[in-house]
Amino acid sequence: MKTSRRDFIQKTALFTGVFTLGFDWFSAEASAETSAMEVVTGAGRFNAFLSIDSLGKVTLFSPNPEIGQGIKTAFPVVVAEELDVDWAQVQVEQANLDTKQFERQLTGGSGALKHSWERLRKAGATVRKMMMQAAADQWKVNVAQCKTSKGFVFGPAGQKASYGSLAEAASKLPVPSEVKFKDRKDYKIIGTRVKGVDNKNVVTGKPLFGIDIRKPGMVFAQIVRPPFGATLKSFSAEDVKKMPGILEVVSFKNKVAIVGESTYAILQARASLTCDYGSDVPLESNDTHQNWFDEGMKSDKAQVMRKDGDFAAAIASAAKVIEATYECPFISHSPMEPMNFFADVKADSVLLAGPTQVPQPAQKAVSDLLKIPVDKIQVELSKMGGGFGRRLSNDFVLEAAELSSMIKKPVFVMWTREDDMSGGTYRPAVRYRFKAGLDKNGEIIAFSLRGVGLNAGNSTRQDNFPVGAIENVLIESIDQKSAVTTGPWRAPITNFLGYAEQAFLDEVAEAAGKDPIQMRLALLEKVKTKPVGKITYEPARFEEVIKKVAEKAQWKKKPGVHQGFSVYYSHLSYVAQIAEVKVEKGKPKVTKVTAVTDCGEVVNLSGAENQVKGAIIDGMGHALFAKLNFQKGVASPSNFNAYRMIRGNEIPVIDAHFVNNGIAPTGLGEPALPPTGGSIANAIYAATKKRYYKQPFN
Amino acid sequence: MAINCTVNKKKVSLDIDPNTPLLWALRDHLSLLGTKYGCGIAQCGACTVWVNGEPTRSCVLPISAVSNAQITTIEGLDPAGKHPVQVAWDELDVPQCGYCQAGQIMTAAGLLKKNPHPTEQEIVDGMSGNICRCGTYHRIQEAVKLASKKIKK
Repeated sequence: MKTSRRDFIQKTALFTGVFTLGFDWFSAEASAETSAMEVVTGAGRFNAFLSIDSLGKVTLFSPNPEIGQGIKTAFPVVVAEELDVDWAQVQVEQANLDTKQFERQLTGGSGALKHSWERLRKAGATVRKMMMQAAADQWKVNVAQCKTSKGFVFGPAGQKASYGSLAEAASKLPVPSEVKFKDRKDYKIIGTRVKGVDNKNVVTGKPLFGIDIRKPGMVFAQIVRPPFGATLKSFSAEDVKKMPGILEVVSFKNKVAIVGESTYAILQARASLTCDYGSDVPLESNDTHQNWFDEGMKSDKAQVMRKDGDFAAAIASAAKVIEATYECPFISHSPMEPMNFFADVKADSVLLAGPTQVPQPAQKAVSDLLKIPVDKIQVELSKMGGGFGRRLSNDFVLEAAELSSMIKKPVFVMWTREDDMSGGTYRPAVRYRFKAGLDKNGEIIAFSLRGVGLNAGNSTRQDNFPVGAIENVLIESIDQKSAVTTGPWRAPITNFLGYAEQAFLDEVAEAAGKDPIQMRLALLEKVKTKPVGKITYEPARFEEVIKKVAEKAQWKKKPGVHQGFSVYYSHLSYVAQIAEVKVEKGKPKVTKVTAVTDCGEVVNLSGAENQVKGAIIDGMGHALFAKLNFQKGVASPSNFNAYRMIRGNEIPVIDAHFVNNGIAPTGLGEPALPPTGGSIANAIYAATKKRYYKQPFN
Repeated sequence: MAINCTVNKKKVSLDIDPNTPLLWALRDHLSLLGTKYGCGIAQCGACTVWVNGEPTRSCVLPISAVSNAQITTIEGLDPAGKHPVQVAWDELDVPQCGYCQAGQIMTAAGLLKKNPHPTEQEIVDGMSGNICRCGTYHRIQEAVKLASKKIKK
């Protein structure tokens, strides 16, 4: 990216001696406390995380890739709070990959705030303390008599000094070994509505995204990829090469890359390219996948993920047995910005730039591929136009790097929407079979789950609720290898498992003649008093979101409104939902979803609401519409005309609440999605008596 | 033969294949990168620009069709970001990833130009042609309402 005017001024300032205080927020736990901070003075230290210039302007470098989860706003909010500066003074910059300065510089698993909360607070609080000490020294008073507010230190006799004026003196002080964090009742920024730091650039159309990268000498390219499981036998590129604006046609790893001067020149040329594919094994189709599911359900080779008590004996003795099978297809991530990446591979150095959730693995993979040391590979991070897990796979980075190394030019590889939708790495297709046994009182005495996933790894979450509340449990997983490439998709595995399990428990409650909410609460009571085996969740936090959502949504107190309940724990956060369905013209319509989330401390209320509402809309849209079909290794559909995305006229009212209990913040980018399909399916059932065992519903 | 048109009040001459979709002419030949590619088949609305004041899907419109036309892109709506729609988008913190928002804003601003005070249903209908994969739809609809209030009656 070009150096902006602002960057230029800042760099100039740094080189002329403005002090940059650098903090290693992300150092290993072992070196925390005093050595968690390194004071950097001197020129050119742009990888330092916090700088204060002589005018008091605070610049924070946000290390994690921004994908729409709001981390570029949330991280600096935490630092600014403990630093005690005016948010309006803060300027935020995206840091590029820097493995020396940062740890966990990635976007995935809803884990950033959980990981960095203490580090961020310490980074702010430590500098605040040093500012106070510098002022106290200057005024010859006790530091305990000094206070701070909005970037100023105040002394006992009315003295006042800005952080900017104290920055030089503060930077020469020893780093305090202990700092006290603010009491949360004194928070001025955390928990308020903070607008996204990129908003102004977004609404004026600034080139922020990977697809907007333009570098000197850069050529464009698109890549034609084979069907899943197929190999490229031959291709005819003679006509393509003659077309206007086409520079080269090259092949690598069963792919054909067309390199040209413009996007449209390549789009046209692609139509003239013919590729001949073959395969040593039969290419996969929908039938293949169905057969694998059937075989997996019958197989005696399942991996036992968890076993409590004696499931077989308990189910045999049950007064009532409920059994249900749920299934989801492969689905595409389809972020609005399709995959793309820039690579410039030179003999002994590489520049990579673009949207990846995992820059460090990208650097390592390119290093391995090209045999160039990682310290010669620079990775610039762009803003990402969504990802939902797709940008955790670095296949598109490797392709760009390999192509650049072949053509010896800086190259920008763009995937068309069709390339993106038909090119993996999908949410794996999974079939689940649940069984529950009830005793004569309707208590659950046996519970089993078998997941058969296609490239899904472990398709269960064996230590999650209701496990822990039931004496006899058997959880099994089978991973069937497929040529279809898969990867994490927002709330991996739980995005469908949450639905299947919550829909199944609704069915169990009905069979037991119990209210679905009361049944969950009774199970959680058992976990609290006498848990069975290892559990990963806290039953009291589960209870709280359940009770609160029942109250907020007026569970079963709204005549004429059909409600469905679900609750799920993922990424260390708890989300309970009640969906409402009305029947209009004989068709069920989801009119409202009430959600209560316990993600600990809510750092940015505006961003938190965005994540919850967005995840519910995401979960609902994909439950209703999303499906890829396979025919001889080729996925379809391949664009939004037939692959339906939920639209603005199809959304319910969403009422989002937070417990906001002050516990260190946990995940929020994903946790509101897994319960969504369940609350909606259960509400539709309440309205229509029809259960949905397969996604998509439509 | 070159195609002449006006883009964001500047006269431009495009001496490229007349079948080139306006989207790629803007992005690859005029370096106006604010207009986004999302689907290439006029389904998602990320590429929405104004052609003679009308919100139009630039990904399927060949430049031969915009000869002498007035084109406005997100960069030309108000470069200072003071258009009521841009202000409302920031105030209500609409963007998540932000990628679709140029198209959303051009659609919303086009809607309000024709109908400065739309009903809720008119807003929902007017904005439903644009996909937002992050699901910012509630705030998009609220922001159109807010922008409408900012436009003097």
